[in-house]
Amino acid sequence: MKDWKYWVAEQRGTLLAFATFVVMFTIYVSNHPAGFTANVVQTAANKGVLLAFVAMAQALVVITAGIDLSVGMIFILTNCLASWIVVGTPLETALGIVGVLLAGLACGAVNGLIVIYGRLQPIVATIATGAIYFGIALLLRPFPGGGVNEDLADFLTGKAWGVVPVSLVVLVVVVLLVWVPFSRSVMGRAAYATGSSEAAAYMSGMPIRRAKFLTYTLAGLLAGIGGLFLTFFTYTGEAALASGNAYTLFSIAAVVLGGISLYGGTGSAIGAVFGALAFRAIGDLLFVFDLDPLWQPLFQGVVLLIAVSLGAFALLRVRNKLDWFT
Amino acid sequence: MSEISPTGTQGAGRQALWRRIDPAVATAFGCIVLLLLVGSLYSSNFLHLDYLLLQLKVASFLGVIATGAMLVILLGQIDLSAPWTITTGAMMSCAAAAYGPTGVALAIPFGILCGVAIGIVNGIGVAYLRIPAMIVTLATNAVAQGLMVVYTGGFSPQDEATEAMRYIATGFLIPGVPNAVLVWAVVGAGAVFLLTRTTFGRAVYGIGNSERAAYLSGVDTRRILVIAFAITGGLAAFGGVLLAGYSSKAAQSMGDVYLLPAIAAVVLGGTSILGGRGSYLGTVAGAILITLLQSILSVMQIPEAGRQVIYGIVIVIMLLLYGRAPASR
Amino acid sequence: MSRAVPLFRMEGVSKRYGGVRALDGAELTVDAGQIHGILGENGAGKSTLIKIMSGVVEPDEGRMTLDGKEISFASPAAANDAGIVCVFQELSLIPHLSVADNIVISNPPKRFGMIDRRKQRAMAEEALARAGAADIHPLALVKDLPLSRRQMVEIAKALARKPRILILDEATSALTASDVSKVFAVLKRLREEGLALLYISHRMHEIAELADVCTVFRNGSNVASFATGTKSGNEIVEMMIGRQYTNVFPAKKPPAPSDKPPVVECRHLSWTHQLKDISFSARAGEVVGLGGLGGLDGQGQRELLLALFGVLRGLTGQVLIEGKPVGIGSPRQAKRDEIGMALIPEDRKTEGLLLPMSVRDNLSFAALDRVSRGGVIEGRAEKSRIDEMIRLLAIKTAGTDIPAGALSGGNQQKIVIAKWLMNQPRIILLNDPTRGIDVGTKQEIYQLLRKLADEGAAIVFYSTDYDELIGCCDRVLVMYDGGIHRVLAGEEITEHALIASALNVELASADQARVAGA
Repeated sequence: MKDWKYWVAEQRGTLLAFATFVVMFTIYVSNHPAGFTANVVQTAANKGVLLAFVAMAQALVVITAGIDLSVGMIFILTNCLASWIVVGTPLETALGIVGVLLAGLACGAVNGLIVIYGRLQPIVATIATGAIYFGIALLLRPFPGGGVNEDLADFLTGKAWGVVPVSLVVLVVVVLLVWVPFSRSVMGRAAYATGSSEAAAYMSGMPIRRAKFLTYTLAGLLAGIGGLFLTFFTYTGEAALASGNAYTLFSIAAVVLGGISLYGGTGSAIGAVFGALAFRAIGDLLFVFDLDPLWQPLFQGVVLLIAVSLGAFALLRVRNKLDWFT
Repeated sequence: MSEISPTGTQGAGRQALWRRIDPAVATAFGCIVLLLLVGSLYSSNFLHLDYLLLQLKVASFLGVIATGAMLVILLGQIDLSAPWTITTGAMMSCAAAAYGPTGVALAIPFGILCGVAIGIVNGIGVAYLRIPAMIVTLATNAVAQGLMVVYTGGFSPQDEATEAMRYIATGFLIPGVPNAVLVWAVVGAGAVFLLTRTTFGRAVYGIGNSERAAYLSGVDTRRILVIAFAITGGLAAFGGVLLAGYSSKAAQSMGDVYLLPAIAAVVLGGTSILGGRGSYLGTVAGAILITLLQSILSVMQIPEAGRQVIYGIVIVIMLLLYGRAPASR
Repeated sequence: MSRAVPLFRMEGVSKRYGGVRALDGAELTVDAGQIHGILGENGAGKSTLIKIMSGVVEPDEGRMTLDGKEISFASPAAANDAGIVCVFQELSLIPHLSVADNIVISNPPKRFGMIDRRKQRAMAEEALARAGAADIHPLALVKDLPLSRRQMVEIAKALARKPRILILDEATSALTASDVSKVFAVLKRLREEGLALLYISHRMHEIAELADVCTVFRNGSNVASFATGTKSGNEIVEMMIGRQYTNVFPAKKPPAPSDKPPVVECRHLSWTHQLKDISFSARAGEVVGLGGLGGLDGQGQRELLLALFGVLRGLTGQVLIEGKPVGIGSPRQAKRDEIGMALIPEDRKTEGLLLPMSVRDNLSFAALDRVSRGGVIEGRAEKSRIDEMIRLLAIKTAGTDIPAGALSGGNQQKIVIAKWLMNQPRIILLNDPTRGIDVGTKQEIYQLLRKLADEGAAIVFYSTDYDELIGCCDRVLVMYDGGIHRVLAGEEITEHALIASALNVELASADQARVAGA
């Protein structure tokens, strides 16, 4: 009987994120001129899913008390790559998809190697690798262009059985295939333990370095899936610096909204997904309320600032001021 | 743990000198010389005084911004709000110019003040709310961007830079020496003074080494953090003012390309990313080094793509050399 | 109970840390089906003994045998595999994971490569039940549990590994009385099943209830082993005393009684559950010591010093400086001339010094206001003051520009003290200042403290070294469980009285009479 209470305590962040999303989306849909139709849901889903993938990537890394400021650039890089190779016959397309995913994986692995085995601070290391990935993206696509297997793109951005957006289905599949096995594996547990208390994790003999390396690698993969999807939506590859930066920033916002602590050890990628969807919905509220879209960046920025400041409430409980300092 | 016995005075003197030369700073200056030599292989212009002064001028803009970045990094923090603080400084100073003669006169201070305001918000978030600097500054960057987008209506601002702005960025007070270089020299001198001869500077190094120990020594660490972030914001905005003076106007996203180079300049100059260690001379070397690197890459006709990749790789290599965390147990 | 071949035996084991002999030819015999209590004061070698047994460190000399066969452990994992499990006082649980996750953390049950949650939960429930903690829900997050429950989880986790020898190092410090009796019932039952238990504790009554056999350690080796109940509390304390006195202390000069109010006084100071209604005062020229158990088992001494220095929030009670109540909100305020306090903190490497910065920068760091004008440092004033301090304290350094981290421990501590003396404080608080310092420097510090007291400062001095408390202090306040348990003055300050008060043992009647009569 009491079991569910503990489950709630453990999943508190994710549940809050889910609630936030439901509230935001309801407001959005009820004020949308077209209302709660399949088309509205489809458009919202398509946009939201892109951020959701990148947010999941960030979530994995944040759980280990790290950060990855290159996720937006991996997103862009895989987009540009996909616009070259995810074309042609079904076989070629399939190989192309594999290639793109491997590229994402490789980028994540490079991050992992530098941060963990090179023992560099993640902040600066991933800003630097982000520049490298963006440079490669720019090499692939100095100008927007390229294409993608249009049949596949149409399918993936369309609706299944006329109602459910396929992009959402893909999102759920990715969560089931990537996140769930990871979170229940020994590596996943080690990742949480590292974020929660690296010292205690070490004393318990957990594979800290391998777990961290795996998280950065999987983060690259997830960002790569996002980039792949971007190609399916836009039919092109574009090395847009502003877009990459925005996705990195928003992934952090989504993670915070998703109930994941930036200090690590708690939260779930599923929460990040809801955080991403909620963040997108908040952004779109401006359109729905007929507010000048000019205000959107400011609105999103302020939401982010408030979201990260909420953690400061924990400070009120501090009794020994030495606890302020690491 | 044996005790250190005093060495002979002569020996101590020589030892002290070697100790003072930070290997990273020496490496940075060495790389500058190397780059000049490599560049001269492409074009003999590389060693001409005119060209070098031009490089110094371009480096000055980066240098002013990197000064602020260094201050924050010395504290063991980071400021990712530089891009839009720069742009805000540029846009707001140009905007003030449209408000009559008082506006024109106050344009530069007003731009700087906007940066200071952003810096104070950062400082309060980091020092009093104890939010990680990376996150707060990312958020304030977004808010600053939002504000500027609203202000400009999404277009490039039509306001022009004032005479004063153009003068300090492109004029020649001393014949042959670009004003921007003089400005950087003044800012640099101020930074060196602040860091080495004031109680504030001493406290900055102390906090960067251990905020806990600094606090227990009676330093008001929170106030120092806010002041430091405010100065950094002001310097970034001032960099934007200079850039606006250089191009005669501000532009959207003009600050984006300065974030990474500014951090790189600081880190390549030997300042530890973990805080508490570093000299301004290193940052000067780092800014010049980055500027030269950029210049050579463009002379070699390497596209933007290649430049980004090379930046990133260079930073990673330098960090691997000087910025590694100690191996645990 | 004892068999022909003991389960575990340690012979002639020695371990040095630098110049200090933590263990010197120690011997220990552990039999299966027996609970063995270990007693000894701080520094007697108990923790080192445990660390060697559980594979955390290796001994320099000596041998260990298990079941008669010689054995050595390269790591805690190796010791665990051999059946020796230790529950340290420092909790090893992961706060954000559940109780079940933590209990099986080293070897979770798996299915298809993923952790089998149902089986894990069953294993956890079994382990909790075995430990007498069936009231703890396996899905609860460790961070949501109070400290006493967390200690129970630690014990359950240790028992889940089915050890042959279980070591509990002060593992009951936070448990409630009913928890303790439940745990004891479990331990006694496990004893019947053949478990060997090593129980280290300062709580005499627990040892009396639980242990079959006791061993007292002193100075790194065992002094005596005896069956429980055959020695009185005071006899045991006598066995624990007896270190060689190698320190020389300057003559004490307690201040003459005076009409002036004490320099520093606190009344009814309380803070969370760690400081309870503390009232005491210190006069100019007086050296007041804080005694009592230390280390992780600290009784609030560290918190009291932090409270006076303005570091704690939510403090109730009053602090008075020269009779006037003051509010001290931060170290910055505390060091101001009106209050004039200084704190030499616990860990000089992380709290007292900025190791990579120069000797000069460290020395002037707390007194920057005094060597500067308008925020600008006056180089010459700084240099002359620093040179004076180096001379005054005889700090041995190759120059003022070298990093403080390059100096020896003793000299580093001198820098910390000198840094505060630059402010000429009238109240000097010291948190275990001579820990890890060579004998020569210790003497110098004792002389310095007496000199400062003679010049009018009030000194409050926490130490875990009974020698120092006896030799330096005019009065000692022995703290226990956040309050001042006993005050000893002048002749009353004996090692016996200090240890007995710290352990909450009733003083022998002779001592009691002395205390009452003083």
